Amino acid sequence: MSFIPHIPLGAGAEAAVDWIKANLPVVLDAISDSFNFLAGELTDLLMLLPALVLAALFAVLGAWVRSWKFAIFVLLGMTLIISMEVWEPAMQTLSMVLVATLVAVIISIPVGILAAKNATVSAIVRPVLDFMQTMPALVYLVPVVIFFSIGFAPGVVATIIFSLPPGVRLTELGIRQVDSETVEAGEAFGGTSGQILRGIQLPLGLPTIMAGINQVIMLGLSMAVMAGFVGAPGLGKIVTGALATVDVAVGFEAGLGIVILAIFLDRLTGAIGQPTPGSIGAAWRRRQSAKAELAAAKSRRPAPGAGVGV
Amino acid sequence: MPAIEATGLTKIFGRRPQRGVKMLREGATREQLMKEGLTAAVIDATFDVQPGEIFVVMGLSGSGKSTLIRNVNGLLEPTAGTLLVDGDDVTHLPPAGLRALRRNKVSMVFQHFALLPHRTVGENAAYALELKGVSKADREKAAEEALGMVGLDGWGGHLPSELSGGMRQRVGLARALAAGTEIMLMDEAFSALDPLIRKEMQDQLLELQADLGKTILFITHDLNEAMRLGDRIAMMRDGKIVQIGTAEQILNEPATDYVSQFVADVDRTRVLTAGAVMERPVAVIGSESGPRAARKLMSEHQTSSLLVVGRDRKVVGVVWEDDVAEAIRQGSDNLPRPSRAVAQVSPETPLAELFGDAAENRSPLAVVNEKGALVGVIPRVTLLSALAVPNGSENGTSTDSEADATAGGAR
Repeated sequence: MSFIPHIPLGAGAEAAVDWIKANLPVVLDAISDSFNFLAGELTDLLMLLPALVLAALFAVLGAWVRSWKFAIFVLLGMTLIISMEVWEPAMQTLSMVLVATLVAVIISIPVGILAAKNATVSAIVRPVLDFMQTMPALVYLVPVVIFFSIGFAPGVVATIIFSLPPGVRLTELGIRQVDSETVEAGEAFGGTSGQILRGIQLPLGLPTIMAGINQVIMLGLSMAVMAGFVGAPGLGKIVTGALATVDVAVGFEAGLGIVILAIFLDRLTGAIGQPTPGSIGAAWRRRQSAKAELAAAKSRRPAPGAGVGV
Repeated sequence: MPAIEATGLTKIFGRRPQRGVKMLREGATREQLMKEGLTAAVIDATFDVQPGEIFVVMGLSGSGKSTLIRNVNGLLEPTAGTLLVDGDDVTHLPPAGLRALRRNKVSMVFQHFALLPHRTVGENAAYALELKGVSKADREKAAEEALGMVGLDGWGGHLPSELSGGMRQRVGLARALAAGTEIMLMDEAFSALDPLIRKEMQDQLLELQADLGKTILFITHDLNEAMRLGDRIAMMRDGKIVQIGTAEQILNEPATDYVSQFVADVDRTRVLTAGAVMERPVAVIGSESGPRAARKLMSEHQTSSLLVVGRDRKVVGVVWEDDVAEAIRQGSDNLPRPSRAVAQVSPETPLAELFGDAAENRSPLAVVNEKGALVGVIPRVTLLSALAVPNGSENGTSTDSEADATAGGAR
């Protein structure tokens, strides 16, 4: 096939990276500093409390949005992380995922909304997302290291790029699948497109959007491990270290820590999308609405048609 | 001034729809437009809706009725023609003007209710006012009032998911009422409800309408519903309005074969009223006339009974041939005592309610106005012939639809 000349795309990409590195140092430094700062501070904050107290707090959070069974799992899982002596790297990984998720959500939801409202944006965004999602994750790490050297920042950036697509896709899907008659009702009563977005499309698309955020976190967690290759602190660094020294024991323990974190984050964010009846939060809301109903019942008269299949 | 006035309203979907308008003017059919990739949903619709009227647009799915209604509040922009709401041209309004129109003049009730599931019934009812920027206290008050009007007092704190279908649509109705607009668009508003609840909702709408006198543009595919609710009905087919008229006009003077086929299986006894079928009272005699005059009148009109009325045209009763003959034989100068067995009905009574009276009395039914004065009569034979479909056997309907017509008449 020598008659087809080699198109120097790779060289072009390299030139682009070099150009950015040479011409936008201020931007790159600002990004690098802020991510290092955010992830670092969040880790410090998480490490401020004794590990067991924080584990208990996580358990309470689990009980609030999900169930007491989940709370017990969280407590046991976190205790296991402490006993494996990987608590600090686990908190570093957690911080990095949370910061990356926050940024990814801040970017992906507006882009998803735009894509849902505008077919052209959707047509442009879709192939870009495909590219981002299918390009092997390790390939990102090369330019990211060039831009941000090592530490939290390259890890966060790589994680953002890798975890962004499902956030955008599911936001777009969530808004598009809102019942068109309900959206029409908003228009028919003279709602502006902002009022319809806030009052109808976002709240009704929320379960799907939350599923997207859940996916962002899950992908973020898997990328946070890859980020160990570029020296991002956390469980990923231990895993890559274990790979280099062929240390099964260390690798397994760090890997188990990641699994526990993953289940914790997945169940937690999954429950926020669709509040489960078994949670303490739901029980509290039920009591509130029961109180309100009791107050309303005093002034109520029977409604016609109330007997017909309520 | 009509509340809504449409002239030559046309809506075509597809790329560059204006060429479709031109093709239609040159006499192209809907099918020819289809080949060009254009869908003519509404073609040259001209109608007006008077203030306080329920105007029903009736057609099967695909007839363009939903598109038509969406042109009125600008959810769809007409391709050609003009549309006046309250005398103002709303055909090509900018977004801000459209919002003002929808907030202040035209509200809408939807087929599948289109309530916000995450908000309470009260918040849903207040939704239009919330969009308008009305203060919380004011809109809660208006929502409560509107919920009261539709019979949902005290349900404001519930979620729509806790309500039955009929109750949900009451919330939809309350939302439109709370908006406080003069014009309400109802898009197949009762079509998703089961028949008993639908009837209940129709009654409620008529009751509300009697109090509020809104201008209602009502879309339906159910002819019985159209006839029950509509002051006037526009029949649509393939994007065109084929006839506009009252229920009786549509039933008795169908403009096209399509309309007459359509109305063939309508329950005529519920649509037609005594006033529509009554005859001029001729076999009537004053209570002070003598028996010989009565006999003359009977032989003139070849009837065996006469209605007896007083000077004020109030019905006194009925006299029969035998009694009149007996009076003449006895040489009496007075009419025999009239029998009281005459049913008196008002012109608004539907035919369905006349059969009982007709069965109990041999004499014709007397139709009297609100003062009790005689305005018409309905002999029993007239009552029966009113049920027959006009020109039923001549307009080339199939055997099936004639069978339907018979079944409909016998209901």
